[in-house]
Amino acid sequence: MSDTHSHSVAFVRHDQIPAAPPPAGETGPLKWVRENLFSGPFNTVMTLLGLYIIYSLVVGIFPWIANSVWGTENIRECREITQGNGGACFSVIEQRWQQLLFGFEYPSTQYWRPTTAFVLLFVAVAPVLFLNLPRILLVFTGLYPFLAYWLIWGGTILIPISAALGFVVGYFAFKRLEHNSFATGLFGAVAAAVLTWWVTGFLVGAAPGLIALPEVASRNMGGFMLNMILGTICVSLSLPIGIALALGRQSHMPIIKWICVVFIEFIRGVPLITLLFVANVVLAYFFPPETSLDLILRVIIMITMFSSAYIAEVIRGGLAALPRGQYEAADSLGLDYAQATRLIIMPQALKISIPGIVNVAVGLFKDTTLVSVISMFDLVGMIRGPILSSTDWAGVYWELWAFAAALFFVVCYGISQYSQWLERKLQTGHR
Amino acid sequence: MTDTAAMKVSDEVAIDIQGMNKWYGTFHVLRDIDLTVYQGERIVICGPSGSGKSTLIRCINALEEHQQGSITVDGTLLSSDLKNIDTIRSEVGMCFQHFNLFPHLTILENCTLAPIWVRKTPKKEAEATAMHFLEKVKIPDQANKYPGQLSGGQQQRVAIARSLCMKPRIMLFDEPTSALDPEMIKEVLDTMIELAEEGMTMLCVTHEMGFARQVANRVIFMDAGQIVEQNEPEEFFNNPKSERTQLFLSQILGH
Repeated sequence: MSDTHSHSVAFVRHDQIPAAPPPAGETGPLKWVRENLFSGPFNTVMTLLGLYIIYSLVVGIFPWIANSVWGTENIRECREITQGNGGACFSVIEQRWQQLLFGFEYPSTQYWRPTTAFVLLFVAVAPVLFLNLPRILLVFTGLYPFLAYWLIWGGTILIPISAALGFVVGYFAFKRLEHNSFATGLFGAVAAAVLTWWVTGFLVGAAPGLIALPEVASRNMGGFMLNMILGTICVSLSLPIGIALALGRQSHMPIIKWICVVFIEFIRGVPLITLLFVANVVLAYFFPPETSLDLILRVIIMITMFSSAYIAEVIRGGLAALPRGQYEAADSLGLDYAQATRLIIMPQALKISIPGIVNVAVGLFKDTTLVSVISMFDLVGMIRGPILSSTDWAGVYWELWAFAAALFFVVCYGISQYSQWLERKLQTGHR
Repeated sequence: MTDTAAMKVSDEVAIDIQGMNKWYGTFHVLRDIDLTVYQGERIVICGPSGSGKSTLIRCINALEEHQQGSITVDGTLLSSDLKNIDTIRSEVGMCFQHFNLFPHLTILENCTLAPIWVRKTPKKEAEATAMHFLEKVKIPDQANKYPGQLSGGQQQRVAIARSLCMKPRIMLFDEPTSALDPEMIKEVLDTMIELAEEGMTMLCVTHEMGFARQVANRVIFMDAGQIVEQNEPEEFFNNPKSERTQLFLSQILGH
């Protein structure tokens, strides 16, 4: 006890000392800067270096954007305006955006058709991506492929209707025959569908102009639209095929197992570009001369095969990560293989595989630009070919490639953000 | 060996195992198992680790394949015929050491899944049954949580409720308390005791000897893949016949 307090032994505080503000150096941006940017000699050097890099980038890019030119007819007019001040010639995008988006042979009066299909794509995938939306929307998802085909390729509406009808008839045939055995159901469904298509084929032949949109041939598809078509179709096909391959690879039936193993290992051992050349040139030899399988269709088959092999391996990793006990619990409750797979195994395996699947999907979408190598005019093909080799716009590299990069980035970043959101949503392990 | 028929509590045979042998590769895990379980019996199987006790009860619902002999469950012969296997599995409930709840489904969905898909029970009815059994294991208020949010003891009780929702005639327990913290063992054992008192046919692989004394009507001791001794619990614990049983009991009861 010190002298100052010698008059009292016990001490009771009656009023509370109000909270005092912290010293100036302990709060605010100053503290943050000191702690995060200049906490030591090494960090100080790195901060200064970082600032210098940012400065150089801004100094480099700012005039490019600030002095950018819009509204000129060709690169010479553009260069006259910029006079070497480093401005970008965004006029090329203004002049050629239709070609960049739709290719140079899609009739410009019909641009509303792929645009509508693009907008409807969001409606169609919404119930698949967001499970809390009403399930009835899945009906539209089911109809969308046929609708989109009709919108983009045109022709009579009877073609997509009869195609859809074949699938519906096949589905009901499967439901009727399923209780005999899965194989009977499958064969019955295929037979019923083929029969339906054969019959409706006469109808289409009889009324080729019924509710018809002007036809656009596959070779006239191009631009970013072609990337979207290939990306959407191949991703949505390769996911179910990949699941089937992954399950097949785990099968106890040796024939199925070996077919899957050989397929996956073969496809993974071959570069995609080789497969695309095969689609372009070699595949034609396998068909009789008069049947010309559409080039887009051949490319879709190849890209789908390629990515489904990768997705199969990703999902196999997910399956391997599941504890043995999950299979045993499902078995011990009396669930059969199909039920256990659908209700217990796949939901968990797919959840584990989400990052890998998204990785493959994003990679696949970007790989659709490889079709430019087999002289299809997708976004990259358009830039490399018709636009850069035109006398008007030869030499406008940065603006065009930045535009292409921006389009791809928006789509891929969107996919990536969705997958992260989905992972958080499916997280049930913790409180 | 004591005459097991003297210990039966009913005449109805629930499980009949005759001359069953099983190998893992060249390793002989189960050797000449003969075991008859009558409806309503509570059997505790104990023995050192690696003695084949888990493998034995896993053979009963075909989680493991046996290579020789016959297993008949509730009059259905266990063969490679998938239909028979599914019939038996829907009659036989099983609880595992690590619970094996489905982590992506809520507690209620865990319980209604099999009744809805295997028994084709309407969803409403299956949910009512599930809530009934969840109340019985005393965790109805957790029905909408996920397994990851529950303690080990609660998870194991959910696993018991999940099996009961299939209205099984036989329950198999594979070391149900071995993965639990000590204070959670009791809540699971209480649930099992309650189940036994209601007359459920039970086969439990467990080291809980207090549980065996209290509810079992027969204790089976296994070693090196064979049934060494089986007897009523009082006789088994107080007056073990074989040397290996005596050694085993002195080791687990001695401390």
